[in-house]
Amino acid sequence: MQRFILKRKNQIILIDLALIITGFVGKLGFQNEAIFNWALGAASVLGILPIAIQAFQSLKVKVVSIDVLVTIAVVGAFIIKNYEEAAIVAFLFLFGAFLERRTLTKTRSAIKELTEMAPETALKLIDGEFEKVDVDEVCPGDVVLVKTGAKVPVDGHVQAGEGFVNESSITGEAMPVEKSAGSKVYAGTFLENGTLWVVAEKVGEDTTFGRIIELVEEAQDSKSAAERFIDKFAKFYTPAVLVLAALVGLITLDVPLAITILVLGCPGALVIGVPVSNVAGIGNGARNGVLFKGSEVMNSLSKVDTFVFDKTGTLTVGKPEVVDVEFYDEKDSVLSHLASVESESDHPLAQAILKYIGEGKRQPVESREVVKGEGIVAKVGGKDVAVGNVSLMKREGILIFEKALEDIKNFEKKGDSLVLVAVSRELKALFGIRDQIRPGVKEDLERLKKLGAENLIVLSGDNQGTVDLVAKELGLSEAEGNMLPEDKAEYIKELRGKGHVVAFVGDGVNDSPSLALADIGIAMGGGTDVAIATSDVVLMNSDFKRLPYAFGIAKATVRNMRENIFIAVGVVIVLLTGLLSGDWLTMSIGMLVHEASILAVILNGMRLLGFKLRK
Amino acid sequence: MKKATIQLEDLVCPSCMQKIDKAVKSLEGVVKESVSVLFNASKVKLEFDEEKTTIERIENAITSLGFEVKKTQVKN
Repeated sequence: MQRFILKRKNQIILIDLALIITGFVGKLGFQNEAIFNWALGAASVLGILPIAIQAFQSLKVKVVSIDVLVTIAVVGAFIIKNYEEAAIVAFLFLFGAFLERRTLTKTRSAIKELTEMAPETALKLIDGEFEKVDVDEVCPGDVVLVKTGAKVPVDGHVQAGEGFVNESSITGEAMPVEKSAGSKVYAGTFLENGTLWVVAEKVGEDTTFGRIIELVEEAQDSKSAAERFIDKFAKFYTPAVLVLAALVGLITLDVPLAITILVLGCPGALVIGVPVSNVAGIGNGARNGVLFKGSEVMNSLSKVDTFVFDKTGTLTVGKPEVVDVEFYDEKDSVLSHLASVESESDHPLAQAILKYIGEGKRQPVESREVVKGEGIVAKVGGKDVAVGNVSLMKREGILIFEKALEDIKNFEKKGDSLVLVAVSRELKALFGIRDQIRPGVKEDLERLKKLGAENLIVLSGDNQGTVDLVAKELGLSEAEGNMLPEDKAEYIKELRGKGHVVAFVGDGVNDSPSLALADIGIAMGGGTDVAIATSDVVLMNSDFKRLPYAFGIAKATVRNMRENIFIAVGVVIVLLTGLLSGDWLTMSIGMLVHEASILAVILNGMRLLGFKLRK
Repeated sequence: MKKATIQLEDLVCPSCMQKIDKAVKSLEGVVKESVSVLFNASKVKLEFDEEKTTIERIENAITSLGFEVKKTQVKN
């Protein structure tokens, strides 16, 4: 029976509205008091039913909730024959809840969209046939079939087949990626074209997509210190108001006054205000490729005054390229010897050189020795070859003549990393290699400054010359080169010791200590496991542009939370003074203001959904 | 000991959380410290001892407060 009534709340709201209108029309239009009293009386009784049921349920679990207070208020008003107040208060309470539900659902929609993108079914290979099963029933090792137009249900690799997959839900990249046997695929991505037989490696919550969703869901309900305080406060507020109303009623014997106090007895706007801003801010972030791991993270990020960047892979593309070359002998033979030596090296500088040389003759490599930190010494096609930095040349006793010295000076001034090549104990070539700065980084750093970042610092293992040049080009405040990972971590510790709030932006793989020590760690590894695990803010597709966006929305969210708290507290003060100072504050008006304040904070929170960074 | 994640219809009122929190915690067999009511996600997460109570009893406690249970997941 109770559930029957609770389910019909919307109809009750409509009937109540009709009855109230009837009542007022009766009185004002036809001067008929009887209709007025009956209609409103009926409205009160009907309206209070669901509220009373909820009150009863809440008392059963020993919680004094707003339903209890409103029930007492409405019943009280009814007893003193104030049917008008009783009906209107009941109606407003129900209608207010209805509006709150609608707007709150809208506010939470951004995150809902994300969770709805999760795959629910899969075509699993069972006894030679593909059957449609719940995605939870797929285990690692199973084979699933993904057809054109379907979502990939698991993380795994392609066993057979080929196709084009849109991975924007994980990487943000809109361009479809080609997949064939051996390729890795991810749950939640979309097979635009083709057919794939996929061997599952990770399923459900363990997939990258699953973890992102879990991250976002946990974030939207994570409580900052302020929220926890408000929650504790709320637990005492409502019973306290009940006691207050009882006291006032007993002392002043002014029943309407006592009942009106009851109506103020829910710090609704205050309790909802912060979570609403939180879910809107995090939802907007998630929609735009920025995942915050909680409202405390948003809080900290908004206070950051210093950004520390790793250089390679963060500010730069991470793929060094040959930008300057000087040859001191005939080109082709030098190049073929060089390519033969470098072709077995993983080192980024070697890769850059190989890319520059391209296709060409390779010679047999008879011996090869890596000198750590300096280069490679080898015998190629019968000749001694040394490839490396100036230290290596000195070690091998190779003369660096005037012209070469000058070239070295020039290249270093330009910020190049140097690779010298000597064949048969003579210096034959000088390469200047640079890791290009990511496009757009300069503008993004400008935006960070505009948003309030005071210090922009780069730390790198590269030489000071390169680092200084990067700093100058990007307008950074400080640059430190020759830093080992421990040095970077130490540097961050010092900055924090001086009172700065520090955000560290790195690639997540070898920057773990720095990421952990900073107030906010941001990994540019996209949606990879490492980035998700180590950072406080995950930039989904390693797009540097998202950094000022993240900073901006963190600040906007914190500002929004403060606005909501201000509205909530302000309204309570207005109501209290209204209560004490005059008669204009009736129960109905009190309830109206109360519901309006709750809607106000929800609507204010909704504004965050539309947040966009100003150019 | 089992872990349960209960998806509810959208939670809207601030006091809803308190009611559900108290109702669930008052059930014998529910690990009190593990109970968390997620307002925005409209979920209840908790751990319970399957020898002392059942998931049905926990769901009932919530539905009798007037909140619809949409989906329940129980894991070990």
